[in-house]
Amino acid sequence: MTMTLATPQRADLGRLLTRLTGDEKHAPSAYSTLDVLWVLYDRVLRVSPSTLDDPDRDRFLLSKGHGPAAYYAVLAAKGFIPEAWLDHMGTWDSPLGHHPDRNRVPGVEISSGSLGHGLPIAVGVALGLRAQGLLRPRVVVLLGDAELDEGSNHEAIAYAGATGLDALTAVVVDNRSATHGWPGGIESRFTANGWSARTVDDRAHDDLADALHANAPGRPHVVVAVTETKG
Amino acid sequence: MRDAFYAATAAVLDDDPRTAVVLADISAAAFAPHARAHPDRVINVGIREQLMMSVAGGLALTGLRPIAHSYAPFLIERAWEQIKLDLNHQGVGAILVSVGASHDASASGRTHHSPGDIALLDTLDGWTVHVPGHASEVAPLLRAATRHDAPVYIRLAGAHNDRPHQTDGRIVPLRRGSRGLVVAVGPMLRPVLAATEGLDVTVAYANTPRPLDGDGLRELLWHTTAPAGRGASIVMVEPYLRGTSAHAVSEALTDIPHRLHSLGVGREDLHRYGTPEEHDAAHGLDPASLRATISSIMN
Repeated sequence: MTMTLATPQRADLGRLLTRLTGDEKHAPSAYSTLDVLWVLYDRVLRVSPSTLDDPDRDRFLLSKGHGPAAYYAVLAAKGFIPEAWLDHMGTWDSPLGHHPDRNRVPGVEISSGSLGHGLPIAVGVALGLRAQGLLRPRVVVLLGDAELDEGSNHEAIAYAGATGLDALTAVVVDNRSATHGWPGGIESRFTANGWSARTVDDRAHDDLADALHANAPGRPHVVVAVTETKG
Repeated sequence: MRDAFYAATAAVLDDDPRTAVVLADISAAAFAPHARAHPDRVINVGIREQLMMSVAGGLALTGLRPIAHSYAPFLIERAWEQIKLDLNHQGVGAILVSVGASHDASASGRTHHSPGDIALLDTLDGWTVHVPGHASEVAPLLRAATRHDAPVYIRLAGAHNDRPHQTDGRIVPLRRGSRGLVVAVGPMLRPVLAATEGLDVTVAYANTPRPLDGDGLRELLWHTTAPAGRGASIVMVEPYLRGTSAHAVSEALTDIPHRLHSLGVGREDLHRYGTPEEHDAAHGLDPASLRATISSIMN
């Protein structure tokens, strides 16, 4: 693992990750999400351990449920879960599995693992919040570039774009792992359907934060975070 | 029955701000007035059944009570993993309301038939299944389902019985006899009543096969005379895949000697069109076939 540890809090992540690594099943993708997750929880999302059940909180949905070590480390760093939970991931008595379970882990909004479910569920969450007059929360869902292979995502992309579901933000972590790639670019799959889009390098945290805040009224937003494959 | 569903849904949308309808184009025109009255709670995602089911899950995660609706094969089979993961595994529920039943769309062919829907739901935990046999049973079943958050499937059919019955989940005896028990589920009651005319059997009706009213079944079976050396006969007549309820009946009767006979729709793809009645007959569910089968079982 090579990364610049910029802040004391973020420096904690390295230590937290080492508590998890022994059991990591999907090692190659384990940390591709780390920068995005950190920027989201540190600078973007309006959610904290004290607002877990607040209807007005922002929702973060990890759709790419593979390699959740970075997710658990960030949740521990931000106080959602005890650090001690990190030591026994994947064991019978641990709430932390190789794919997260919302019924076991505070702060986890959806149980994921099977690819292609998070974005369509996020559409439903955004619609449900709007139907209840909750117009402030953002619904941010994180996917992988290979996960976009799943056709269910494209049902969601088309519908959310056509209906201007502006509470919704998708973050696609692009480590170029899709078997057949995305000729023409990942952004184009979204922009063709009316989404606003930004593509950034995930190591440039200021750019990432700017891109995540660049959502606009009337259309859903996507941020493609290009990352080096990390192991 | 389908019109009764539209009317009942209009009423619950008006009365209960927690309810929301999710469609995938099927019945969209019928729900247009509902959508005008409640634009944020009547959602048509287009011909996207995976999205329909995931949206239902997402709505439920925000505390709403979603009602998702389509043809049975597109509602239950096409987006099966979404039912398993985006509802059950998330720990949320929805009300799924299908039309088409096993072969109401007989002339449309196999693509529009769904005899296996309830057998599929039996692989998951916690589903209540209603198979109303009359339009007047739809509204109370739907209304009751909006009052909690557990998963509920309501299977609407084109065929219907002569009159409605109770909707409290219990098996209700309609005709008393001594030689055996025939349980008709949903719209199977009408052909079963015709088939058993003059036979010395108890005929009971169920419109809630899940959870199966095991206590009611046991009570009815106690009053049935078993032939010497044999268990009492029970015949389940279901308008969906033959044998779907066999395990539920067996679990209810583990300590009572009995002989279970399951009648229903077969597994074979008939590659036929025609009418629903012709499909019923092909599966032995017309009154004449039922009478012959039940008579031979009870002798």
